[in-house]
Amino acid sequence: MDLRDTAEEAAFRAELRAWLEENLPGDIQGHRGGAARFEGEAMRAWSRALYDAGYAGLTWPKEYGGGGAPYTHQAILLEEMARAEAPPHVGVIGIGMAGPTIMAHGTEEHKARHLAPILSAEEIWCQGFSEPGAGSDLAGVRTSARLEDGHFVVDGQKVWSSFAHIADFCILLTRSDPESTRHAGLTYLIVDMKAPGVEVRPLTQITGEAEFNEIFFNAVEVPVENLLGEVGGGWQVAMTTLLHERGTLGFALQAALEVQVRKLATLARDRGADPIQRDKIAREWIEMQAVRYTNYRSLSQLMKTGLPGPEGSISKLVWSEANQRVTKLALELLGPDAPLWDGNAPYGGYWQYQQLRSRGNTIEAGTSEVLRNIVAERVLGLPKSR
Amino acid sequence: MDFTFTPEQDALREQARDFLTANSEPAWAELAELGWTGVSVAEEDGGAGLGFVEEAVIFEELGRALTKGPYLSTVAAVLPILPSELQAEVAAGEASWTLALGPLVPDLDTAQRIAVVGGDGIFELEGAEREILQTTDETRPLGVVRGGAPGRRLADSTALDEIRPRLLAALAIEACGVARRALEYAIEYAASREQFGRRIGVYQAVSHPLADAYTQLELARSLALWAAWCVAEQDELAPVAAAAAKASAAEAAVQVCETSIQVHGGIGFTWEHVLHRLYKRALWIESFAASGTSLRAEVAAYVLEGKKAPGPAPEPVLTQGG
Ligand SMILES: Cc1cc2nc3c(=O)[nH]c(=O)nc-3n(C[C@H](O)[C@H](O)[C@H](O)COP(=O)(O)OP(=O)(O)OC[C@H]3O[C@@H](n4cnc5c(N)ncnc54)[C@H](O)[C@@H]3O)c2cc1C
Repeated sequence: MDLRDTAEEAAFRAELRAWLEENLPGDIQGHRGGAARFEGEAMRAWSRALYDAGYAGLTWPKEYGGGGAPYTHQAILLEEMARAEAPPHVGVIGIGMAGPTIMAHGTEEHKARHLAPILSAEEIWCQGFSEPGAGSDLAGVRTSARLEDGHFVVDGQKVWSSFAHIADFCILLTRSDPESTRHAGLTYLIVDMKAPGVEVRPLTQITGEAEFNEIFFNAVEVPVENLLGEVGGGWQVAMTTLLHERGTLGFALQAALEVQVRKLATLARDRGADPIQRDKIAREWIEMQAVRYTNYRSLSQLMKTGLPGPEGSISKLVWSEANQRVTKLALELLGPDAPLWDGNAPYGGYWQYQQLRSRGNTIEAGTSEVLRNIVAERVLGLPKSR
Repeated sequence: MDFTFTPEQDALREQARDFLTANSEPAWAELAELGWTGVSVAEEDGGAGLGFVEEAVIFEELGRALTKGPYLSTVAAVLPILPSELQAEVAAGEASWTLALGPLVPDLDTAQRIAVVGGDGIFELEGAEREILQTTDETRPLGVVRGGAPGRRLADSTALDEIRPRLLAALAIEACGVARRALEYAIEYAASREQFGRRIGVYQAVSHPLADAYTQLELARSLALWAAWCVAEQDELAPVAAAAAKASAAEAAVQVCETSIQVHGGIGFTWEHVLHRLYKRALWIESFAASGTSLRAEVAAYVLEGKKAPGPAPEPVLTQGG
């Protein structure tokens, strides 16, 4: 056990810190995120800068444009970005889900074609899993893909698809065998969002902005080469995606929470906090440290044995609820200014936006109820509830 | 960065678990025989020359097994401030200690010697009368000392700055051991007990609180191990880490025990089941040394004012504009 950086980790951290100091544009520091990150070019340019410096896809193989670095470097990167309040790369779905899924199940052609543009932020991805009838119960997917003359014909509807309105590609879970039910007969496709028959309708969220969308597929032709995994083997591929959605996010989530707690402390210093509020702030700082060291434990296990420790599975669950409490506490500290919005609110409305956005955290990427089922069944070994 | 135990530390845990499962009230000499009383004592004084992380492994197992005896009082609260010849006695199993910090002193029934703070020094208290008080947790009694006089000077009272994080970190990791055992009982029970024709673990009103108990325990354990490492390395964050860990782990242990009792139904409410003993130890830990509220006040002073070590509570900053 040694929680210090190794010499090599310390060198990486120092170099990175210097780079951030030099290259992070002041006007995007502490950016609130959300749909606004796609307004203008600043955030894409920042993502591109991360890529050019080798920090995007740090753990991905070098041959696909990544950094070929160990996971510990990724943890350091996210920690330092949090410290500098540097916004994350805009390619959330590409880097977090599509890329790792393509690396695990894709052909050489897929990897050569798609991975580098994800990292350089030239191409944005969206995830088409959820449907009106299939949310937590993803095996209820009904969007169909018929194999016909060397291509798939896709018909159906997806919903809650983040960034679909600006996406170039979609990772799409379809049902290729109309006779099948549940986990069998599913097929996982890469779909060009510019293809004829794809229609995107933005859905306005609780924050008033439209970050997620409905996608309608009307006889969309998808080349067979765009198949990931086997026809009928889509469930296994989708599980890889979900694993990454909830798993590798651990350090990114902790970094995001660290930024929030840091800003919360600034807010408390600016506006004052009574002893009860100080107690709540201390609780959130403690929880944030606990998430950090839990991730460290899980990561150390991964480095040593190749398998992450089971405690890593609680990261998303804990982060989402912590983020909701932290942002609510910020509104409490804002007192009578809490109802103000956007430009009329202190700090440009950062906290009002964050608090509302945080309500999605316990729904997206697996609801907290589903994640508790997973902990109970897979980690504690309790009998299945279904 | 490496946050895993070494194979030697894993072996120590295994040894501790096996031994403590078979011996609930081990003699002090037996613990010395195993090398546990001298873990952090220098090799030339008959110890193993290891550190607080190894001691933490033992504290966690002592908590899990609810072992009775003065190990925590001796090793966490007194050992490092003793002059080396007295450390050698501890390593050899010839002496055990407790520290009289407040009016209620732990382990007076088993600890041979008493250290007491007076003025600018810490002394051995000699010729004092001991009275053991009845406590809810029968495995860790509290008592009072009367009379007596300070004898040999052991250390300057500034040594308490070093002792406090040690003691808090030890209590935190011990609380994790307590909670782990209570959670194991609950999982076993929920996976086997049947009601309404199904195992009760299928009901989310049972399984979700258990998932939360696991979550709370793992978070607390991460903090406790972080604190243990900071203490072992004399990291400047040791006081803050230990305060955070003790506040979080004591609360987690109490909560996990309460969940476990509830999941057990009537049997969990009996004297016969071991759960109430785990619960009482958790409550003991929560109330000992410092409350969660006061520890969080220290953490807040660090987070908001950058104070690294505890001191008098800062004046609350008045709220401006609401
Ligand atoms: C901000 C945001 C972004 C999103 N982005 C995407 C995206 O990019 N791509 C995509 O495919 N999807 C996306 N989603 C959709 C998300 O994955 C689903 O909303 C989520 O899986 C829940 O499905 P649902 O909305 O159909 O709710 P339901 O599954 O109908 O759940 C309703 C309620 O029932 C509970 N429930 C359901 N099943 C159980 C059970 N077995 N035990 C206990 N409780 C249960 C749920 O926890 C929830 O509280 C996004 C959602 C949000 C909020």
